[in-house]
Amino acid sequence: MTTTAVKERTAPKQAPGAAPRKRRSGRLRRVSLPYLLLLPALLLELLVHLVPMVIGIVVSFKELTQFYIRDWGTAPWAGLDNYRISVDFDAPVGEALLKSFFTTCLFTVLSVGLCWLLGAAAAIYLQESFRGRGLLRAIFLVPYALPVYAAVITWAFMFQRDNGLVNHVIHDQLGLTDSPPFWLIGDNSFFTLLVVSVWKGWPFAFLIIMAGLQNIPREMYEAAALDGAGVWQQIRRITMPSLRPVNQVLVLVLFLWTFNDFNTPFVLFGRAAPEAADLISLHIYQSSFQTWNFGTGSAMSVLLLLFLLLVTGVYLVLTSRGRKADA
Amino acid sequence: MRIRRVAAIGAVTLSLVLTSAACGGGSSGSEGSNEQPKTLTYWASNQGANLEVDKKVLQPELDKFEKETGIKVKLEVVPWSDLLNRILTATTSGQGPDVLNIGNTWSASLQATGALLPWDAKNFEAIGGKDRFVTSALGSTGAQGQDPAAVPLYSMAYALYYNKKMFADAGIEKPPATWDEMVEVGKKLSKDGKWALGAEGSNLANIIHQVFVLGQQHGADFFTPDGKADFTSDGAVAAVKQYVDFMAKDKIIAPGNAEYAQNQSLSDFAKDKTAMVLWQTASATFKSQGMKDDEWGVAPAPVQSGTPGQGTNTNSMVAGINLAVFKNTKNIDGAKKFVNFMTSDEEQKILNGAYGSIPPVKSAQDDPAFNSPALAVLRDTLATSATALPQVPDESQFETLVGTAVKELFADAAAGRAVTTESVRAKLDKAQQQMPNS
Repeated sequence: MTTTAVKERTAPKQAPGAAPRKRRSGRLRRVSLPYLLLLPALLLELLVHLVPMVIGIVVSFKELTQFYIRDWGTAPWAGLDNYRISVDFDAPVGEALLKSFFTTCLFTVLSVGLCWLLGAAAAIYLQESFRGRGLLRAIFLVPYALPVYAAVITWAFMFQRDNGLVNHVIHDQLGLTDSPPFWLIGDNSFFTLLVVSVWKGWPFAFLIIMAGLQNIPREMYEAAALDGAGVWQQIRRITMPSLRPVNQVLVLVLFLWTFNDFNTPFVLFGRAAPEAADLISLHIYQSSFQTWNFGTGSAMSVLLLLFLLLVTGVYLVLTSRGRKADA
Repeated sequence: MRIRRVAAIGAVTLSLVLTSAACGGGSSGSEGSNEQPKTLTYWASNQGANLEVDKKVLQPELDKFEKETGIKVKLEVVPWSDLLNRILTATTSGQGPDVLNIGNTWSASLQATGALLPWDAKNFEAIGGKDRFVTSALGSTGAQGQDPAAVPLYSMAYALYYNKKMFADAGIEKPPATWDEMVEVGKKLSKDGKWALGAEGSNLANIIHQVFVLGQQHGADFFTPDGKADFTSDGAVAAVKQYVDFMAKDKIIAPGNAEYAQNQSLSDFAKDKTAMVLWQTASATFKSQGMKDDEWGVAPAPVQSGTPGQGTNTNSMVAGINLAVFKNTKNIDGAKKFVNFMTSDEEQKILNGAYGSIPPVKSAQDDPAFNSPALAVLRDTLATSATALPQVPDESQFETLVGTAVKELFADAAAGRAVTTESVRAKLDKAQQQMPNS
């Protein structure tokens, strides 16, 4: 693209008549090339995301139960009923959805916060060169590299009440509890979910922050040290501001992944998660696939999508404002 | 420039956010075709100790069928946890097996989807007629007044299995016949880290089987005659409370059982930690856990009073596996031949013998192989005191929702929280209001 542009600019003047057409076709090509390059991705995106999404939105206005799943097009229209049921917070369905929503919000804030903290601490700690740094880095990335299912099922075994490793340590060996606690049912399940989620998520934060740290020039630290800045000051005044763009994307991605996490609770708790750990993705799955109420499940999905779009939009506006202020 | 970058990030993010659940459209075939007469795909449910055991049991039989008919059967053994979802997906997409196993309690629910071949008189003729099958097993093949959506393949019933050594150690002579006796001997057995009764407090299907029978004993059906959910009747509440109270009030079920969903209660039984389990055909599992046949006994499951029979003296649900054919099969004749083969006397004896279940085919049931004391109890229960789960389209949702409610109540009991009539009713009410057609 640049070469044609250069050629055109340096080409000697030609006889009138031929040149404009050539220039026009050149410009046409210049304008349309990026779109052509984007086309395959756009088509695939349409196929993979937008088509099912549109179908999902259509289904959310239908009364789709087991009587119609063979040919969902024939399901009767339900108007706004599915949405009404989902947001009627005084009735069990809406109440359960709202509860699940708040549980998910709390879980996401805690999980993303802890993932980021651990990831940042580890990345900053491993900035300095020392013996065994490479090995540590590799070990830290193990949870990220393991297949989710295998890792989470292992955690599920460890958290079993009667013969799990966790209770064996805290109850049998250390005697910290009067009776072995339950981790996979009841209120503790929220904590179990959080532990597994953070264990799974923090290496990603570590990896991204580590990459971000590579871009901070060493001279800045050296200059700061000469001016008498301590480690904390260096982190506060140099590392964190330099990491801001990286952090903005990282937190957003972690937020979306965590908020939509289905695998972890599903593998940990099976088909019916305890109320304390009833994340919204699993909740919607149960509303759709366990009670065969696909219309209501789709309506919940659409509501979730709108919420996430809103949060993401606000976040992007705020962070781009922050960037503007920096500029 | 900056705006454009924000837009670009926005676009990327949008694609990350999209998480809408959607389902593809299925095709609606009528009664199958014969486009691929040489192959069949068969989804078998997991009946053995693990999937490999099933393959070992089934493959020789499928080879036999291929020799007889020239039709190659592709076998896939599907674990229980996935089976219902797999069937739903196959129904929706139209991409499924030709022949499949279904839990017999789902018959009416899956019948409602219209995806399964109805067994009318003509189709039954192809497999030797309807009267070859035991009546109680036919009672769990779909809604009343409609052609069955599947045919019985293996039959099972619940019985009380008891650990003879633990009974002898506690000086108990005979297994309890009523729930009062159960609590009485249970209190003698539950001490020093040992417990009287095992339960699968997180296994929704197992919970439903137990609660349904107790419901019958309290005169509750869980559904009105016209198929509407009825989970909060006094009988239903009393049944659920009685079951959870074995842990909460009577303390004859170990609190740890609230977490069980993978048959851990059978391991406890084999390890002399639990004296009794209510189970369907547990003998093969006990053997695989290293128990000898003379170390355990089997008796009819308890009733409220009197002896097992019909109505409020029901002591088991009609358990079992049905065989169904997908309507859109491309080998309808082959599929019927295969069902005919699997329900033939000879195969019924082989397969039910291997799995420790009872043949739902009368002529096969009379075989002396099914006369052992353990199987005799199951067979009599099935014939005289078992009731089919509600044959209504919303049955599968009932299993999920009421199962989940009882699971939560068990979690409360295990955590030492009070389980009251009110708390039971509230949970059941919530379950009822989540029913799609309530």
